[in-house]
Amino acid sequence: MTPLAGRGRVTLTVTRFLLKHGAFLLLTLLVVSFLVFTLNEFSPGDVARKVLGAYATQEQVDILTREMGLNRPVLVRYGEFLSRLAAGDLGTSTRFKVPVKDIIWSRLANTAFLAALAFACIVPLSMLLGIVAGMRESSTLDRAILMFSTVVASVPEFALGVFLASVFVVALGWLPGTATLVAGGSWSVASQLVLPVAVIVLFDAGYVVSMIRASMIEVMQRPYIRTAILKGLTFREVVVRHALRNAMINPITVILLQINYLISGVVVVETVFAYPGFGRMMLEAALFKDIALVEVGALVAVGVAVLTQIAGDLAYRLLDPRIRT
Amino acid sequence: MTLPTTADRLPAVSAPVRLGLARAWARRLGLLAESKPALIGTGIVLFWVLAAVLAPVVAPYPPNANHLAAVAHPTPSATHWLGTDHLGRDILSRIMWGARTVLTVAPLAVLGAAILGSLLGLTAGYYRGWIDLVIVRACDIVLSFPVIILYMIILAHFGSSALNIIVVLTLTKAPIITRIVRGLTIELREREYVAAAKMRGESPLYIMLVEILPNARGPLIVDMCLRTGYNVVIIGALGFLGIGLPPPDPDWGGMVKDTYGMMSVWPHMALFPCAAISSLVIGFNLLAVGLREIGLRD
Repeated sequence: MTPLAGRGRVTLTVTRFLLKHGAFLLLTLLVVSFLVFTLNEFSPGDVARKVLGAYATQEQVDILTREMGLNRPVLVRYGEFLSRLAAGDLGTSTRFKVPVKDIIWSRLANTAFLAALAFACIVPLSMLLGIVAGMRESSTLDRAILMFSTVVASVPEFALGVFLASVFVVALGWLPGTATLVAGGSWSVASQLVLPVAVIVLFDAGYVVSMIRASMIEVMQRPYIRTAILKGLTFREVVVRHALRNAMINPITVILLQINYLISGVVVVETVFAYPGFGRMMLEAALFKDIALVEVGALVAVGVAVLTQIAGDLAYRLLDPRIRT
Repeated sequence: MTLPTTADRLPAVSAPVRLGLARAWARRLGLLAESKPALIGTGIVLFWVLAAVLAPVVAPYPPNANHLAAVAHPTPSATHWLGTDHLGRDILSRIMWGARTVLTVAPLAVLGAAILGSLLGLTAGYYRGWIDLVIVRACDIVLSFPVIILYMIILAHFGSSALNIIVVLTLTKAPIITRIVRGLTIELREREYVAAAKMRGESPLYIMLVEILPNARGPLIVDMCLRTGYNVVIIGALGFLGIGLPPPDPDWGGMVKDTYGMMSVWPHMALFPCAAISSLVIGFNLLAVGLREIGLRD
């Protein structure tokens, strides 16, 4: 096989892969949008009631329901909803009283910023701990790191937030307890971000460390590692040259799949620290029965989750030569 | 995992076999004591189970009783060991009663997910073909969803109750069990004893439940243990977000939600429930780590 033909085949596989997964993404989005849409249809009167408030008469509620077109069949309105989405009209948020597109992207950007900061800490930290632990299984250091990661990954995010806040906000007064991203008072935006990021990092790193550790332990038992040791390489060379790359293949997918958990964690963390992010917006929208925002938000969340899964799968295929062709 | 011994699968248990079973369980319990994480985990979980069971007897006050005299000085004292919350309710009593709810809802949800997931996984792995494809695709869709957003939408919509939380957790956690059981089933269906059962003319349901499922239990038990811990986290988080078990009955997450705004004045109100939930989850996760160690050594 010439190198060129080889590369062509990789491109072909990748194209087929993307087509297949793109189809799955579309299917998922359709199913989710339909489920969320029909779910919201169970009590259409509620929307008008929420908009008008508790003191409106039933007549007023009925009129608004008719005006908003909420009294027609579900499937008809689902079709309309999809065509409106396709045309780029995302509707208006009843909770925030602005067009959905004006709020959703800025909130998503805030969350992405928080998640990216956390991610930038999680990856190096958990790689370091996981590799050091997995290098010598059952050593004291390994047991300590395993214990640490199990404990840290066990504490719920809101409890971690409360613990850290009680030390650094209440007892020491070093950091602010809220992260509103408004540089008011004496706290800079950077200092506001420390605690939220720390909570996400601690919670997620615990899990990733144990994955990297397990992968490293598995690689260290392979015959080629024994060969490398027997041919007289130092332990350090064995780890750096032979073990690392092979031990990183599995965790990369795990790390990317982690983004899904990251989203869940971020919702709670945003609530703890009053961070103006996507998760808190979704919570408020769901509690307020802000249908337009909930529907679009759910689609965006699923889209982000599925896309990261596809990226993880793709990275795995490109890294592992056994699956590549 | 352990190879299936004949004793494990005999339908009618005769006396000497029963003795063997008892010995096998004693041996397993002995192994549990050998693994330090398992031992600590069992200890913590048992502590909370005891607290939950004994709450009506041991808890010093009714969980929802307001002690108005304590509102002015809610910090821990001789009358209220862990202090009271902002409404003068005894925190120790509320934590003990809260253990009851969380230790009922979390395991029931795991059990629901295990039953639903096992049935789906067995069906998918045993029959393969289009049934397999449909089940796997459906699971992929559920798993690709950031579940917390699903919980928010569903619970905010239908209202939150213990039953709704159990149903939602069952539906969202079942796909993971389905994946595990499906993988094991695909491997186990090729075994001789499955072929033998087919030859005897057993029904597919009998083969799946009696021949295959018991042999897939090892990984399942470890996973159920981990998942109980996760469910405790989720139930706590839902309570914290305000879509958990409805007030006024004590729920650890809800207790934190009500009081963490007063952290700068009375940190103990939020700290104690946080410590309770963290220790319970740590217990379940250590137990899972220990069970896995034991399983590997076996």
